[in-house]
Amino acid sequence: MPTFDLATTPLRDLNQALHAIPAGNNDNHFEVVNPRGHHSVAVGVDAPISVDVRGSVGYYCAGMNSQATITVHGSAGPGVAENMMSGTVIIEGDASQYAGATGRGGLLVIKGNAASRCGISMKGIDIVVQGSIGHMSAFMAQSGNLVVLGDAGEALGDSLYEARLFVRGSVKSLGADCIEKELRQEHLDLLAGLLAKAGVTDVSPSEFKRYGSARKLYNFNIDNADAY
Amino acid sequence: MCGIVGLFLKDKTLEPQLGQLLSDMLVTMTDRGPDSAGIAIYGSSGNGLSKITVQSADPEKDFAGLQTDLEKAGIKASVQLKSTHAVITGDAADLGNIREVLSSIRPGIRIMGSGESVEIYKEVGLPKDVVDRFSIRSMSGTHGIGHTRMATESAVTTLGAHPFSTGSDQCLVHNGSLSNHNNLRRELVRAGMRFETENDSEVAAAYLTAEMAAGKDLGEALSSAIDDLDGFFTFVVGTKSGFGVLRDPIACKPAVMAETDQYVAFGSEYRALVSLPGIETARVWEPEPATVYFWNRDESGAIAA
Repeated sequence: MPTFDLATTPLRDLNQALHAIPAGNNDNHFEVVNPRGHHSVAVGVDAPISVDVRGSVGYYCAGMNSQATITVHGSAGPGVAENMMSGTVIIEGDASQYAGATGRGGLLVIKGNAASRCGISMKGIDIVVQGSIGHMSAFMAQSGNLVVLGDAGEALGDSLYEARLFVRGSVKSLGADCIEKELRQEHLDLLAGLLAKAGVTDVSPSEFKRYGSARKLYNFNIDNADAY
Repeated sequence: MCGIVGLFLKDKTLEPQLGQLLSDMLVTMTDRGPDSAGIAIYGSSGNGLSKITVQSADPEKDFAGLQTDLEKAGIKASVQLKSTHAVITGDAADLGNIREVLSSIRPGIRIMGSGESVEIYKEVGLPKDVVDRFSIRSMSGTHGIGHTRMATESAVTTLGAHPFSTGSDQCLVHNGSLSNHNNLRRELVRAGMRFETENDSEVAAAYLTAEMAAGKDLGEALSSAIDDLDGFFTFVVGTKSGFGVLRDPIACKPAVMAETDQYVAFGSEYRALVSLPGIETARVWEPEPATVYFWNRDESGAIAA
């Protein structure tokens, strides 16, 4: 198991090693110690490896992740798992703003709270936040699922497209064109699957409310032509 | 972009290390802004003397014989030189008209800040060079704030560097940009405030000074700022006994705080905090948007949040 100590090793050495995993390689567990808030830790990984980061990271950790399982045993700065393609990213602590932004696939689990703009413009990623999320989360979210066990801040799902939002606690306010929707059996099943994948066992899918797009904003409406 | 830091000590035994800790925090933030850097340190006070930090673009000429010339003009004060800056210390009554005296005997000298405890050092250049130039690491104190600048709203000059001080023992560092600063500056000028620059952050500092002059405490002044200032901001503010943090409601500009029994710390990023003692077990959090965070040390030394 290769270990990279970022107190003594340049970040680029770590990321280049993570980008150079040969096919058929079976030593696929990496450990990163002393991340000390470094930016861009374990970005652009494209192999089915696991990376354990022992401490807190700065901007853009696990960005563009594909296939890998990356666990941050600490908190993450802005833009964690930005534009993730697949794989799993787990944050044991809190995440700063725009966690999972523009993510296209995979699973992002945040065990603490996420700040503002969580899941902004998400495009297929699943995000499970065990704490609460800040304002403007899921802004212009296009597809994927955002599951929040705690509360959501102001303007949840503003200008939402087809992402599904599930919030267990309170929602401070809904953004433009975001409405509460019926929680049907298919959503209960979906939630049960997402909670299980995120390792959440003590919460029932029926405790959530579902929010989605009213679909009044994102199609051109001839009645609004004067406004353009 | 800009990087800002702040450190408010609760534990007296850390006070000799304030300059060292704050310098390390600021140097770590260098890549958030290479244009200029500055630091304000709240040092010892209570001896009844006032301090005025001044700066000159031509220190050899301006500071030569300054103490003697001040005395000739009727101002009894000691002058301590530190590179392009000097700290003039004297009885508050003697220093009352120093601004006018300096502008006549040394028009090249600019006042960076004044008060009983604050000293402000700022220059164009990288944090490590600014910190070395003014021997910040050896300074002790109770609290301090620092800034490394990526200029957006005004020129890269010493006067455009942060912290901005617009009132006695008050100073402010800012990450962001204000959009209503011109209008607010006009209103504040009408109310009698004086401005040294065209900088938006100076307007924020002067706004808080004016609000506090009208009787508000730092926490109340910051609350009013949420309504009256338009634009992007994360502010860290110091007063003689207080330390405050405020982010605008959109909160794009990053901020991380840490608190232990020994200190309250602020950094634009967590990186700035990693060398602080006990950070591994500190309470670390991101300050909420449009929420005032404010600590104060009362006369007895007790700290209230």
